Amino acid sequence: MNALILKDAVIRYDRLTAVDGVSLELRRGETLGLVGESGCGKSSVARAIVGLQPLAAGTLTIEGETLQDAPARRRTDLQRRIQLLFQDPAASLSPRMTVRSLLAEPLKIQKSHSPEAWTRIVALAESIGLGQQLLSRYPHQLSGGQARRVALVRALAAEPSIIVADEPTAGLDISIQGELLNLLRTLRGRLGLSYLLISHNLNVVGRVTDRVAVMYLGQIVESGPTADLFRNSAHPYTRALLSANLTLDAGRRRERIVLSGELPSPSNPPSGCRFHKRCPLAQPRCTREIPVLQGRPGERSFACHFPLRSEPAPAPQAIAG
Amino acid sequence: MTEALLTIENLNVSYRGNGRSAHILDGVDIKIGRGQSVGLVGESGSGKSTVAFTLLGLLADNAEVSAGYAAFDGRTRNFAARETASLRGTDIAMVFQDPMTALNPMFTIGTQLVDIQRRRFPRESRKALWARAEAVLADVGVQDAAARMHRYPHEFSGGMRQRVVIAMALLVEPKLLIADEPTTALDATIEAQVVEVLHRLRQRTSASMLVVSHSMGLIAELCDSVVVMYGGTVVESGKVADVLHRPRHPYTQALLACEIDPYAAFDPSQDLATIPGNVPDPARRPQGCIFADRCPARHDRCRERPPQRHARDGQNYSCWLEVA
Repeated sequence: MNALILKDAVIRYDRLTAVDGVSLELRRGETLGLVGESGCGKSSVARAIVGLQPLAAGTLTIEGETLQDAPARRRTDLQRRIQLLFQDPAASLSPRMTVRSLLAEPLKIQKSHSPEAWTRIVALAESIGLGQQLLSRYPHQLSGGQARRVALVRALAAEPSIIVADEPTAGLDISIQGELLNLLRTLRGRLGLSYLLISHNLNVVGRVTDRVAVMYLGQIVESGPTADLFRNSAHPYTRALLSANLTLDAGRRRERIVLSGELPSPSNPPSGCRFHKRCPLAQPRCTREIPVLQGRPGERSFACHFPLRSEPAPAPQAIAG
Repeated sequence: MTEALLTIENLNVSYRGNGRSAHILDGVDIKIGRGQSVGLVGESGSGKSTVAFTLLGLLADNAEVSAGYAAFDGRTRNFAARETASLRGTDIAMVFQDPMTALNPMFTIGTQLVDIQRRRFPRESRKALWARAEAVLADVGVQDAAARMHRYPHEFSGGMRQRVVIAMALLVEPKLLIADEPTTALDATIEAQVVEVLHRLRQRTSASMLVVSHSMGLIAELCDSVVVMYGGTVVESGKVADVLHRPRHPYTQALLACEIDPYAAFDPSQDLATIPGNVPDPARRPQGCIFADRCPARHDRCRERPPQRHARDGQNYSCWLEVA
């Protein structure tokens, strides 16, 4: 069962097409990673999913119901099933509100403020380490980790089933980023959540996601189960992106593929394969023909005329837990 | 060990204001050999940027700086404003974190690259300085440098701007190049390009480098040795390979345990490593070991200031625990 299906989404800003035919499936209870460089359209996808950005084309299906077919009132209910966890808690929490009013605000907006709802919020806050003594504090009196927890409780106030987390660990010190990721995992099980995790931190994506989709210039170029995609990427862009990740392992550093140039402008994408101008393996065919995303949906798929053959990498077996 | 370009012993920095005083750096020792690349790694609030700003004389006016001993390029130094100002932009140059705010939006890149050289080469003509700038700009990987010289900062992408800022620092032919989080604002593939540029420079120039970063990965890529800071003190230092593979201080060990290797097999139900607790408040520093509150190996002795220990391979660390 899928929590969310995005099909052939197109997002335009005036004449610029930022997202061009993106399809995603988020299964219930899983964490799906979305990676790519600045300007690839991943945040536009996130904004469209939470309803902050209209789709120019395509459909969004939430728990089996297609939003575009639903009556207006039902749409609001459906959209409420998805909440966005904002990137920067310092910027998303009003400095003039106490934690108490910050936590109560979503209930007021949803007109669901009641003593029971408030008790539930306080209990939820307490269960993730935000004690009652913090309720009268202001955001500047919170640590970075606490501010993120407040943002998380606000997102969870509407009792969503899907959380879109846009760079949830950006700006967090490495010694406390694990705390937030552990918390997200615990809550996923406890509250039956599914996550769409957008991040440029490939270490985090590699560790906490079940599946991952790679975007380049408004399109998905490759997707698949995380462990497999990290070890046997088929698309040259995926491989270059993964190899660019700074590592403590000197052996892996030697295999680095440094791409020339930068992300081209989405207002005038290259002909054929959008990646061909930076691709170290481009052939004449790549400048003419647009590669189609192929492979089993939800499993491995990639859009490349000359995919890299997977090396006989060690089996990506997780230790049985 | 090569001859030292920079030696600082027992560096202290504190801020005074509103009748309170906060100790930001407490007894920091740093040594950078000629041509050597040293990484300064630590989390927010560790004081790593304060070290860089002290060297450049860019601390706020209410900062109080003292050092037991400081020498740069064979001469003893103090950190008085006049001394640091004479080094800044001539012998010591800095690559700042955010290339957008480091460049003036009102002037072309060419003008800025020429102006930066005026103090260093006061007698050179604008034409000669322009030609030098163009050559260095091409050198750091800006294509079509001649035409790009006439462009404004907003016409450059983030990665290109960072190259301009690196070119700017190189144009004064510094003896020490300080890079403060040089790739933090960049995407992974662009970060790899900038790392490559810095790598190439290291092989070609004789300048020493101080890389200030929270990223152990970046330090591992760019540096020979590393200084690990926590709460305004140096807890461990040594060769990068030694510190990474055999961290001696409990903080370094805990920090490295937090690094995620996405290729390693793992148990998905297992929690990620963290360091519980908070960084100490600089206004209320503990008497003894700075890391004691969060240290898994804490014992009674940690209430006293820990001794400096020197391992045989040149690794130094500050802890009561003996090496096993």
